[in-house]
Amino acid sequence: MAQTDVRLEQVTKRFHDVVAVDDLTLDIERGQFFSMLGPSGCGKTTTLRMIAGFEEATSGTIYLGDADVTNRPPFKRDVNTVFQNYALFPHLDVFENVAFGLRRRKVGGPEITRQVGAMLELVELPGYQRRKPNELSGGQQQRVALARALINHPRVLLLDEPLGALDLKLRKQMQLELKRIQTEVGITFVYVTHDQEEAMTMSDNIAVMRAGKIEQLGTPEQLYERPATEFVAGFLGVSNLLTGRVVAIAAGDRATAEIELYGGRRVRGPGEGLTAGAEVKVGVRPEKLRLAAPRDEATNGAAAAGSNLIEGRVIDASYIGVSTQYVVRLNGGQDVVVYAQNLETSGVAEQHPVGQQVRLTWQPKHTFVIAAAAPRPTSQGGSDE
Amino acid sequence: MRVGSRIARHLLGFATGGVLVFLYFPLFLVVAYAFNENGTQAWPPAGFSLRWIEEALRNTGLQDAFLTSLGAAFGATLIAMLLGTLAGLAVGRYKFFGRETISFAVIFPIALPGVVTGMALLIAFATIDLPLGMMAIVIGHATFCIVLVYNNVLARMRRLSGSLEEASADLGADSFQTFRYVTFPAMRSAILAGALLAFALSFDEVIVTIFVAGGVKTLPIWIFHSFRLANQVALVNVVGLAAILLSLVPVYIATRLTADTGTVGRT
Repeated sequence: MAQTDVRLEQVTKRFHDVVAVDDLTLDIERGQFFSMLGPSGCGKTTTLRMIAGFEEATSGTIYLGDADVTNRPPFKRDVNTVFQNYALFPHLDVFENVAFGLRRRKVGGPEITRQVGAMLELVELPGYQRRKPNELSGGQQQRVALARALINHPRVLLLDEPLGALDLKLRKQMQLELKRIQTEVGITFVYVTHDQEEAMTMSDNIAVMRAGKIEQLGTPEQLYERPATEFVAGFLGVSNLLTGRVVAIAAGDRATAEIELYGGRRVRGPGEGLTAGAEVKVGVRPEKLRLAAPRDEATNGAAAAGSNLIEGRVIDASYIGVSTQYVVRLNGGQDVVVYAQNLETSGVAEQHPVGQQVRLTWQPKHTFVIAAAAPRPTSQGGSDE
Repeated sequence: MRVGSRIARHLLGFATGGVLVFLYFPLFLVVAYAFNENGTQAWPPAGFSLRWIEEALRNTGLQDAFLTSLGAAFGATLIAMLLGTLAGLAVGRYKFFGRETISFAVIFPIALPGVVTGMALLIAFATIDLPLGMMAIVIGHATFCIVLVYNNVLARMRRLSGSLEEASADLGADSFQTFRYVTFPAMRSAILAGALLAFALSFDEVIVTIFVAGGVKTLPIWIFHSFRLANQVALVNVVGLAAILLSLVPVYIATRLTADTGTVGRT
């Protein structure tokens, strides 16, 4: 088993009577790019600050490697942080900012010069040693902050929304850069963000957080393809969620559930963990849906071959370049979003004009089923792993 | 519109000139009379001469008064720097019971009329049997000099992101190292600017000084007395000239230090 770099055991943080982090248990393996993703106030930053030592856990235990660091001050923890506002020391130049950690550890002068130089190479700022922080752009300050943290070769690097202040283009560029640097140095990164795309781009694993708890933890693909809760389904990408009830579970190699949608249509999806009679939400991503005219031969064939099929009427079609986005109102009254890739021409929109009756098909394996009406679904773990 | 703005511009220029004359004409007179050959304060000056400047340099009473003021200002500034900085750091960094009260209590003395401060100090010194004189002046001045350092430090603390100190701790610095390498350097120019203002305030303070000086003469008190003596009035002009020149230095430095908003410590 891989070595664990960070372990939180039943960690709770209360600010007066507000519970910011609620009984959180979490293992982060060595060398991972691990993201904590969630809306503001979900406890992700507080969790990060507890790992760094800036906040004291109200209860619970925090381990770095095998060492219990719960009561250690920040300067005695083998972690370094990249702050949201960079927090570069304004009175020191780039060299002294980056050298700050080495100086505290009494590293010799020539060695400091060498290491700072190498680190500035890594973040692609060679020759910037004598600049002051206020002479640098936001992106450059970001790189200095990264170099200043990484030069200490911490066991874990903590990043608190480090790209939040950058513009979109620079942010995209820095995402790839961060991933490259992480791969290069091999240090465990713990990354806090509210941007799902950012988390998906870089992370090996993501913990989606909500109200101080982990809603779901898994790889970007697991979270996207098999969201365990409505919240996760809605937070990562666009989801269509249809209300229904499980009518039968067919056991087999992989259990399959037969679900009756509101409106009477029956569809199938993965059945693990479901019981007959349960109220559920049937989810399918917009790009997994196939749109076809009612008497389309291929669609009929697909339905016969086991695809799910529902019917509705196009109420909106918008051309957005790479795809055309349709909104289809089902006969049951619910609206479904469909992305149809513009493979042929831009004439796709005319194939399904507004008002047309259409059929939507998709494969059962592209379906995810979420237990409905569960106010607080059990938090931990990808359901199918 | 255009024509109106031109008239307005002339009016504005005229008003500005008027204000400047109003502010600087008296100072100009002091400078002019310092070089007046016959040593009187009457227009027009009789002729140019450096004789009063030489005389001022030889006058022991003046020298003593100058050194006394210098000493008092140094003492008061030192106390103000120490206590003002500590109070500013405490109020700026920590949340504690009574913080606002302390903030108010530190600022209040500067708003208090000098007569009241002087009277109160006089009574207090009498009560604790502290003899009037140099020590009393230093303590008296420090009560309102603290505010200047305190306000400067507090303003800097508020502008300084708390994450700087977190970053320092994160990079392995203990609390003492964080203060030495991060907090203090960031505060340094603010402390210095406050200290310069405190020094200037103490140097020319009259009212409180009169109450607590006992027999000691500071420069302002010497000027106040000498002004009425015909044989010394020429020296007063020279002292005025010297004071004007000396004042330019701290005001200039203080402006430079605090105008530099983005960074700290640039010199």
